[in-house]
Formats: sequence, structure tokens, C-alpha cells
Amino acid sequence: MSDPTIRTAERIDLLAAETSEGAQELQFRRDTASGQLGREVGAVLRVDGRALDPHSVDFDRRDDETMIINMGPSHPSTHGVLRLMLELDGEFVLRTKPIIGYLHTGMEKTGEELSYVQGATNVTRMDYLSPVINELCYSMAVEKLLDIEVPDRAVWIRMLMSELNRISSHLVWMATNGMDLGASSMMIYGLREREMILAFFEKTAGLRMNLNYVRPGGVAADLPDGWQDDALVICDTILARTYEYDDLLTGQPIFRNRMVGVAPMTAEEALALSVTGPLLRSTGVPWDLRRSMPYLAYDEVEFDVIVGTYGDNFDRYAIRLNEIRESIRIVRQCIDMMPGGDYRSQDPKVTPPPRARIGESMEALIHHFKLFTEGFHVPAGEVYSAVESPRGELGCYIVADGGPKPYRLHVRGPSFVNLQAVSLLMRGGSMSDTITVISTIDPIMGEVDR
Amino acid sequence: MAPPGVVVSEGLAADLCCFPSREQYFALIESFRDDAFEMCVDVCAVDYLDYPDRWLPEGVVATRFEVVTNLLSLSKKLRVRVRVQAGDDRPEVASLFTLYPGTEAMEREAFDLLGVLFTDHPDLTRILMPEDWEGHPLRKDYGVGKVPVQFKEAPGPR
Amino acid sequence: MALEDLQHNFLTGRIEDLARWARRASVWPASFGLACCAIEMMATGGADFDLSRFGMEVFRNSPRQADLMIVAGRVSQKMAPVLRQVYDQMMEPKWVISMGVCASTGGLFNNYAIVQGVDQIVPVDVYAPGCPPSPETLMHAILTLHEQIRTGEIMKRRATDEPTHLDQTPESWTPEVPVAVRVGTPK
Ligand code: SF4
Repeated sequence: MSDPTIRTAERIDLLAAETSEGAQELQFRRDTASGQLGREVGAVLRVDGRALDPHSVDFDRRDDETMIINMGPSHPSTHGVLRLMLELDGEFVLRTKPIIGYLHTGMEKTGEELSYVQGATNVTRMDYLSPVINELCYSMAVEKLLDIEVPDRAVWIRMLMSELNRISSHLVWMATNGMDLGASSMMIYGLREREMILAFFEKTAGLRMNLNYVRPGGVAADLPDGWQDDALVICDTILARTYEYDDLLTGQPIFRNRMVGVAPMTAEEALALSVTGPLLRSTGVPWDLRRSMPYLAYDEVEFDVIVGTYGDNFDRYAIRLNEIRESIRIVRQCIDMMPGGDYRSQDPKVTPPPRARIGESMEALIHHFKLFTEGFHVPAGEVYSAVESPRGELGCYIVADGGPKPYRLHVRGPSFVNLQAVSLLMRGGSMSDTITVISTIDPIMGEVDR
Repeated sequence: MAPPGVVVSEGLAADLCCFPSREQYFALIESFRDDAFEMCVDVCAVDYLDYPDRWLPEGVVATRFEVVTNLLSLSKKLRVRVRVQAGDDRPEVASLFTLYPGTEAMEREAFDLLGVLFTDHPDLTRILMPEDWEGHPLRKDYGVGKVPVQFKEAPGPR
Repeated sequence: MALEDLQHNFLTGRIEDLARWARRASVWPASFGLACCAIEMMATGGADFDLSRFGMEVFRNSPRQADLMIVAGRVSQKMAPVLRQVYDQMMEPKWVISMGVCASTGGLFNNYAIVQGVDQIVPVDVYAPGCPPSPETLMHAILTLHEQIRTGEIMKRRATDEPTHLDQTPESWTPEVPVAVRVGTPK
């Protein structure tokens, strides 16, 4: 707390001091050790057999030749509250350091306070563009610990919902990416199409975002009547619209000039940086958990894993656009192959009794009450489950101590890890490319900071 | 697969679990990396302050902090989890940065939230919390920081 | 009589009313999207809900050009000083809508990392409940604010907040504003 009577002239320094993050920020060269500088200049050059080349690091450049500028945390194109510090030589970026934590929510701590039943409400708010997939990852971890089987219908409903969610997430990405590049109409179209999916979610789960729909043991509610027609309309419309995006963006010269060949990455670099998702696939590595380590029923549906060649911005764009089409394919198959049966496990341990029975039977009432106040006990152990979120591998590591609450909940956010590629991708690029690079990495700050 | 002396057990869901000592940790990960584990997916730490009697295989001495590293082999489609006991008062393990540069942010996060030190990490600073924050919030002896909710100001039904 | 020479219709009114009416109809929001709520804020600006019906679809990125701050999402301890700084940079008269339970009270996240209510940092005029508030809720909040601006209620509150002790030295006649607050480590 500061003295409230400090006048404007002094407040500037004070404010700068208050918003400074000290050692977390990008330092001047004179304050940076040469090893550190080398790392910042070429983040992965020290990988395996490719020693840091001293010639590629201009150690003797002086601080007064370059300029460190600050971008964010409240910046229109940083997708939330990402803050970047860039060292510029004229128009070109020499070093970049992302400074994160501006949305740190303490979700892992809160997760230890909530029971396993409540936990899904917490994790769903991490990656707010793909809430269903967050819940899915968490629920799968809990189910692994409990060792319970999920009924077929629940598995397919989960798959349907996650693919719809993937479409909506990529649509928002298309929208914001278009916006960053100045194609404001893309913003309107992307959000317009997304509304269709949100309407479906609202009909199914009651909320537009942060659904808390997938829960340990199954899903919260069955699909509404006539869902097939709704889903088909979504598929047909969005598929047709993706070709309109092609017209609008893919062939447009301004768009291509800013995307093609900008910020390329090789497969080795991507693997060394633990990058996953479209970013990894754009470098030509066909790694998609849905295909490589199938979960749910992804081994029963047909889809293609989209792979790029150059790892540049345009590949990342093309992969996301085509993944929308692949997801539509999966949704169609889900509509055709949706099995009947229960939408949640009938194991009384995790599933509350049906509404009708609560009014009649005392036991059912007590059971219901116990389940939602205390929660169920989960056998001790630790488990890691991973699913493919729109941004890469979303992992959930839970340590259970036999009680009704997780002892430790850790989430491996794909964008948290992918964000490390920023320094590499931006090196040597021009200032205006930074925008496209952030945009195509697609960091969701809620998941980065958790 | 693991060098002699490292305790190996089958974890849940058929994930392979290794329990090296702190000295073996770096060499073990290095051997895994040479054995086609191309990616280090995750590094996180756990504070076992309230849960010291957890199950561990024979021969592993439980300490308060544990660092859990998840490795992934893309070519073999295999995961392996390495759990290393990191120590009690001043938890410290080797940094994996030279093997997997992608662990940089994850190790910083473990340092920030749990105070685990990583030897030879190039830039071990806070990453999520403000720079002047005191303590490591995910430790079990650090409170949740709950503020009691008050309803007394709310006007009654009209 | 002079009125006979008039060629057009005319209205009479007080100058304050006119100013309020103009203010109400030209609110410029600053984009201050933080978390999930920001996505709903974007959706409100999008085609289906169309914030431009109220003349507000242009989210200004510079706080200097904005007079409404929609705090959309949870405010962490690290973000708090930044938020205050952005607020200070906005021009008077300025308004704040706190969107979502996180910004209003901390919501689900009653823990060390989140500021329990953004009203600890900036004065809030309208709270929009919900997690996330649907675009309709946000629009209702905006219309509520418009109404308050039009009736001038908000200005009454501002008047009571006037700085009371201004220094006599010439360089210090700018009004006092509290310096940004780092809420500090909870113990
Ligand atoms: S109120 Fe809900 S939707 Fe809004 S930021 Fe908080 S958690 Fe996200």
C-alpha cells in the first residue's frame, strides 16, 4: 500500500515499480550471462549434438544499439494477458521473453479443496475455449483411479461433445487470427459460426461455456431430443462455411504474405521444446493422441491427422482449418453410430440415484446428499491421463490419498508449454510478425497460468 | 530398460514408473532420452507433507517433496513416469534443461509454486506469482488464502 | 416575434441533460479481457448479439480513448497493479462494469491468487453476475449503465468523491488518485 497523497509526477515511477516483475523480465545484455544470452538468442540450439554456435550469438552487441520494449499484458493482440518483452534492433526482433502469470488463478490449489465431484467445475475454467476437453481429461484421470467403466453411450457423447468443442475452439482461433491480421470480417464470421455450437451446448448442458458436463462416471445429462438434426445442421453449415473461409483467407495475397514462410520451426526444435498439438504437427510429425494413443472410441472412427511440412504460420493455419473439417467428419460418424443405453455409469459409488427415487426412498435421499456434500472416496494412487486438446496434449496428474478430495491436482497445459516456442519463432523476424506468431501459437492464458 | 539400481514398478494404467535416487535421476533421464523418449511432457512437484505414509516400492525412502517427470516416446508410443524423492527442507534435483530444453518453464513453475530447486537451471525465477511474493503457494503448509464470505451487507427481501 | 423567423423545429432543454444524453449514446469501451468472460464479451460484440446496436462495438485498445472499462474475468494479484494503471489512464468521466462473479467477488476462486472483487482496486458502477454472464446479461449491465449515465446518478456519486485537499503549489493541481495497490501476500 502506498501513501495516497503522492502526486502525479512521482506516481509514474511508482507505477512503473509496482508493475515491474524484476528478474522475470528481459534483462539488458550487460546483466545477462553469456550462457543465458545464448539460450535466449537461440532457445534450442543446445539440443543434442548441435552445440551453441558462438557466431550466431552477437555477444558484443551493446545495449545502446538495441531497444527493449514491452508488449502487454493489456495488448489487443496478445489474446488475453500475455506480456512479451522484445529486444529490437530497428524493426527486427533479437530476443523475446514471455512473462506470464497475469491470470494465475491458483486452480491447482483450489482443486485440492474441492471434492472429486466438484473438481470438474474447477478444471473446466482453465482452457476456456475447450471446457469439455478439460473436463474429459480430469474425469478420465479420476475414472482411472476408481477403475470404473464408462457406458458406451457416455463415451460417444463425450466424443461428440469434444469434437464440437474442438470446432468451436478452432473457430475462435480463426476469428482472432483474422482480427490480428486485420481481417475483421473473419472475426464476425468465426464468432457467428461458433454461436451455433454454443446453442447446441446450451441445449444439452444448460450453459454456453464452462459446462461442467463431463463428470467422473459419465456425463451430466443425456442429449436432448432431436439432437441429431441440430448436429447435422451444424455440420452442414460449418463445413460449407469453411470453404468460404478458404475464399476469404487462404488465397488472399495479403494474408498469404504475412503467413507463408513466416516463423518456421523444425521437427527437432519442436520435440526438444515439448511442443504438441497443431504446432508439432505443422512441422511434419504425425502425432495426435486421438490416433497414436487412442482414448474414448477414437479408434472406431475414421479421420485424418493433418500434418504440415514447413512448420510456418501458414501450415499452422491450414492444419487448424482442416481439423475443423476432420472434426465434422467425426461428429457425423458419432451421429450415425451413437449407441443407446445409459449416459452415466450405474455404479452407485459415483452416480447419484435418479431424481424420481429421491422423493420415494430415504436411502436414495441420503445417498444423493452424501455424494454431493462429502463426495466419493477414491483409492490412493497417482495417475496421469492425457487427451488431445485443440492446442496439444492436455495432461492431468492426480495424486489421491484415499479421501474425497485430490491430494494434488496438476494440469499440464499445452499452451503453457507451447508458449516457450515464442522466443524461437520470433528470433530474427520483424516486429509485425510477432503478432502472427503469438496468434498461431494460440495460447489460452487461462491454461497457461492456471 | 532402466539402468541397474533404479527401482521400477508398474504404475496405474500400465504406465511405467521409475524411482531413481537424486543422484541417479539425471543419468536415468539421459538414458531414456537416448532410448527414443523424444519428449519430456511434464515436470511437476508434489508436496507430501500431510501424506508421508504413501505407497512406495521397497528401497525408496520417502521425502517430503517429490518431483514427477513424464516422458513420452513418440516412436514407441510409450509413456514413462519418473518419480524422484527430492528432499525435505531444501528440495533440489538436477535440471533437465540440457536434455530437454522444453522443461525450462515447467521447472520454473515447480520452483515458483513449490520451491523445488533445480541445479543448473539457466533462469530459475518466479514465473506465475509476482516477483515480490513470499512463500510457495502450493506447499501444504501454505494456506489457501480464503477470504471469509460475508452476506451481512446484503439487503433483505423487499 | 423572433420565433417567427425560425425555419426549423427546435427543442429546449438543460445543457446538463444534453451532455448526459450525448454521453450515454457514445460510450467507448476499453477492451480489458482477462479470462473466460472475455470470450463472452467478444461474442457480445459479434454478429449474433451485435453490440453496435448501442453504438459500442468498437473496443478501443488504448485506455486514453475509452471511457468504459469492462473488467471481464478474474483479476490476479499480479494483474491488479496493471488494471489500476489502465484505469488511471482513462479519461474522466469513466465507468467500470465488473463482468462475471470472478471480477465481482472472486467467485469460485477464493484463494491466494485472485483479488476478491475488483472493487478493491477500482470503483465499480455495475456488476454483471454469472459465470460467464451470457451476452444478454452483459447487455443488460450496459443498458443499466446507460440509464444511470442518462439520469446522472453516477455523477452524483462522483461529486461526493471530489478531492478535498489540493495543494497550492502550481504543479500539483491535478486531482489526487490513489497509487495502484499491490494487494499483497495474504498470510
Ligand atoms: S466469472 Fe466464470 S467465466 Fe468469468 S472469468 Fe470467472 S470463471 Fe471465467
